Amino acid sequence: MSTISTDTHPHADHGHHHPPAGFKRWLYTTNHKDIGTLYLLFALTMFFIGGLMAMVIRAELFQPGLQLVQPDFFNQMTTVHGLIMVFGAVMPAFTGLANWLIPMMIGAPDMALPRMNNWSFWILPFAFAILLMSLFMEGGGPSFGWTFYAPLSTKYSGDSTALFVFSVHIMGISSIMGAINVIVTIFNMRAPGMTWMKMPLFVWTWLITAFLLIAVMPVLAGVVTMVLTDKYFGTSFFDAAGGGDPVLFQHIFWFFGHPEVYIMILPAFGIISSIVPTFSRKPLFGYASMVYATSSIALLSFLVWAHHMFTTGMPVFAELFFMYCTMLIAVPTGVKVFNWVATMWRGALTFEVPMMFSIAFIVLFTIGGLSGLMLAITPADFQYHDTYFVVAHFHYVLVTGAIFSIVAAVYYWLPKWTGHMYDETLGLWHFWCSLISVNLLFFPMHFVGLAGMPRRIPDYALQFADFNALISIGGFAFGLSQLLFLWVIVKCVKGGTPATNQVWEGATGLEWELTSPPPYHSFTTPPEIK
Amino acid sequence: MQALDHKPLFRKLVVITALMFGFGYALVPLYDVFCEITGLNGKTSDVAATADKAVTDTKRLITIEFLAKPDPKMPWLFKPEMRQIQVHPGEIKVVHYEAENPTASLMVAQAVPSVAPGQAALYFNKMECFCFQRQTLKAGEKILMPLQFYVDPALPERFSTITLSYTMYDVTQHSPAAQGAAVYKTGK
Amino acid sequence: MANTMYSRCSLLALLCADSAFATEMPLNMTRGVTEISRQVYDLHMTIFYICCAIGLVVFGAMFWSIVHHRKAKGVQPAQFHESTKVEILWTAIPVVILIVMAIPATRTLIAMEDTSKSDVTILVTGSQWKWHYKYLEYPVEYYSLLATPAKQIQNKLRKNENYLLEVDRPLVIPTGRKVRFLMTSDDVIHSWWVPAFAVKKDANPGFINEAWTQVDEPGTYRGQCAELCGKDHGFMPIVVVAKTPEDFDIWIQSEIDRLAKLKAAEQELLSMQMTMPDAMALGEKVYQGYCSACHQPTGTGLPGVFPALKGSKMAIESAQKAAHIDIVLNGKAGTAMQAFGKQLSLQEIAAVITYERNAWDNNTGDLIQAADIQAAKNGQKE
Repeated sequence: MSTISTDTHPHADHGHHHPPAGFKRWLYTTNHKDIGTLYLLFALTMFFIGGLMAMVIRAELFQPGLQLVQPDFFNQMTTVHGLIMVFGAVMPAFTGLANWLIPMMIGAPDMALPRMNNWSFWILPFAFAILLMSLFMEGGGPSFGWTFYAPLSTKYSGDSTALFVFSVHIMGISSIMGAINVIVTIFNMRAPGMTWMKMPLFVWTWLITAFLLIAVMPVLAGVVTMVLTDKYFGTSFFDAAGGGDPVLFQHIFWFFGHPEVYIMILPAFGIISSIVPTFSRKPLFGYASMVYATSSIALLSFLVWAHHMFTTGMPVFAELFFMYCTMLIAVPTGVKVFNWVATMWRGALTFEVPMMFSIAFIVLFTIGGLSGLMLAITPADFQYHDTYFVVAHFHYVLVTGAIFSIVAAVYYWLPKWTGHMYDETLGLWHFWCSLISVNLLFFPMHFVGLAGMPRRIPDYALQFADFNALISIGGFAFGLSQLLFLWVIVKCVKGGTPATNQVWEGATGLEWELTSPPPYHSFTTPPEIK
Repeated sequence: MQALDHKPLFRKLVVITALMFGFGYALVPLYDVFCEITGLNGKTSDVAATADKAVTDTKRLITIEFLAKPDPKMPWLFKPEMRQIQVHPGEIKVVHYEAENPTASLMVAQAVPSVAPGQAALYFNKMECFCFQRQTLKAGEKILMPLQFYVDPALPERFSTITLSYTMYDVTQHSPAAQGAAVYKTGK
Repeated sequence: MANTMYSRCSLLALLCADSAFATEMPLNMTRGVTEISRQVYDLHMTIFYICCAIGLVVFGAMFWSIVHHRKAKGVQPAQFHESTKVEILWTAIPVVILIVMAIPATRTLIAMEDTSKSDVTILVTGSQWKWHYKYLEYPVEYYSLLATPAKQIQNKLRKNENYLLEVDRPLVIPTGRKVRFLMTSDDVIHSWWVPAFAVKKDANPGFINEAWTQVDEPGTYRGQCAELCGKDHGFMPIVVVAKTPEDFDIWIQSEIDRLAKLKAAEQELLSMQMTMPDAMALGEKVYQGYCSACHQPTGTGLPGVFPALKGSKMAIESAQKAAHIDIVLNGKAGTAMQAFGKQLSLQEIAAVITYERNAWDNNTGDLIQAADIQAAKNGQKE
């Protein structure tokens, strides 16, 4: 796929095409690069806030007994940690990457709906301010887990539930608007000659993710509204006394919830599919099957939701159906992993920081995926469900999976965004400290889960003490290591070795035709794709 | 730069979004329908069954267990007349549950049934059940509530015991029958 | 990867051991004490070995590449980027592996869900934050609460061996017999889990779920609630004692006797009057065990969540005495305040209300007797 760049005039930062500098620029911007930056900075901030809550959790769990916090506050920490990481860190980070990269990758001047784009971002800090403030209410913040099962969330919760519902609605609206923008952009604004099967895989995975988003975020809006009305307006969706059923909540929630976790990983697949070929100096292996595999994963994700509910008392035939479908999803996922390894095979590999994080992703995400396969086996799941084995599984796929891919993406594209190379030595330090500490943090969780430790408990029996101490140490180390990431970013923004257009020797794609940094408005004339 | 018209696609996507929101709510009645068809979750029908499938199969005996749980925040005494009986599939039987309102005020309650194993619920046909309507008891009143049922002879071989449990909930505040009567509990 | 991680972990564990007991934690799932739990363990190990094999192959290939296909070695990158044959192969082989895995899993699941022909049936009711067991074949029922003293949780006393896994009254079942469990809940969703039996089933309010087990060996088996149910989710363990059928029968009879004696004592106590010091002593004990978790030992509650009793109108005003008795007896619908009428004896309720009306400077001088509680239960206004 060769391209011609038609934009060859880099602007200095203060050209007269630019909007006012300072606060107003950021508040009113409709520019996809600015909005991308806003999303990424927001996500980074939320990552640290959610991380702080994780530190509170790990500090309490460092030893048996209750030392630092009371059980109800502990439950608030686990709840808000989950909500922030899912809706405040991972999803906005991927949206930030989508904003920065999709227009450049398809040769478009901006996103299709730039003003809606601005709104999509700015309602997010508002939503999270509400959520965080609810922690300071009398009665405390939400403490029923990010999965807010009824009737714990309906009849046995405080008034922070109302703020929780309101903030989730706003987050949902932001995601839906972002998804609509992505779909319209990709459908309508690809440069001439960029057929569907010439699109970079990052664009494909985001397109599929966007469809998942508009399919399931409204269902979340529905179920969270049902919780609100059950609590305050006398409905009984989930109340047996009124003819309802608490298990119904779980069905509706997980109908959203399962596709949601694929929403949180498909863009990661796109990122890895961009980075690995570059540093292997070899094209991505099996481009077409990567597209089909991603689509199958998305479709199958609608058929597996009740694997979160194996212990609720479903009939055998239902449990078997969900077991088989869940096992099946391993197949297209496996195909993607094999294709990345095949991309590396007989390439000419170099190991810059983005590649290091990508290799770590391949190994560690696969470990998370394999523990997911174990969880799919229903009779075995009866022993794993609601234990730390599950916590280990989803943290492997989300932290060493999604988050590592986001970090890899930042290292990979920072030189393009800023025009400076980041400090490779510092980046490698960040990588190694993160790699070691994240495994110390999450790997032992498999063992404590198998040994019988349930999740969402602030205190535990003595046999779990040694491993929990280790896990907490890993947690603190991982948290501290991310300060290195912050340093790398700040240092890179401020200056560094000037970056070329292509930045990386093996990089291909329209974004690498532009200068580093790219013009505020790039591809005002669409390039021609051959 | 040509003017691209995003409106048609935008509108389509907004419609899809709205439809999915509706779908979330549609899952509620869909779930009920699914439960009725499959017996999932042990929900029995709240419509009286007819006797057309009541052909007795004398070769089989099914044990039916009766449980009663008054909701603990509810002062009524509630128990089955007998703990368990044996019936032939197809045989119509009447059993009773006893309920007593020991308080000094009129109260209204709703019994909610649950059957285990869940799939057996499909085959448990209630012709008359006190759970079909709310029960109103005056202060100190005690009644015997009937349950007329039969087990569908099509009940699969693997089921030999069916457990029927009722939870009794206080719905006095939501009942027109109780308007004007002193409400016993100082609930919401 | 797993092996190096494990040795790193155990080394660090040895260095960091600082718990009251250097209690050994098994690294793997328990094989358990039932036929089903052994089948579950075998399924677990099989899928685990399959995953290890897959990991070895995939990571092996990748690490080979990392070592041998580096630019620094001067290799020229190949340019192949597809192979339909290979793709079909590595799609078909995993499908076959999965089918092979699904067959024994299906068999075990069907066996686990067959609750028919049981010998003993127990109704298990979860509530915040304890379990209730009722034997359907015998007139035996009781609550089972965490027995670990609060002072151990607050780090004021050394933690004992079964810290957080001990209860005042365990569930007792016979070995060698099929025991059926009916699970339900009085409030939110709980989940009853005993790893040694591989039984985990959610307790849903308003519905009953079934599970079963047949334990081979006598012994004591411990589990925990496995569904977030509020603040003390981590403090409502399960203890099951499996006895031989003969010992079980003896135990059942002694329980029937014990409960009969308690009932008789209740009637006696109705006519007795407690003195204020006795009521305060018993009341404080009951308060610490049942009320202080939410209302706090200091009676100050948690503002916005659990009301304070110290200085509260209900605990001080004499016009509120009946309401005070009512709320302890019957709880408050729509809140976490449970109905203690079915959990505590008349005397205990009388004592705890007396305590609440006099402790923390409430000082009403009120002395409630068991007979007052009985009267309230009968619905007559006080």
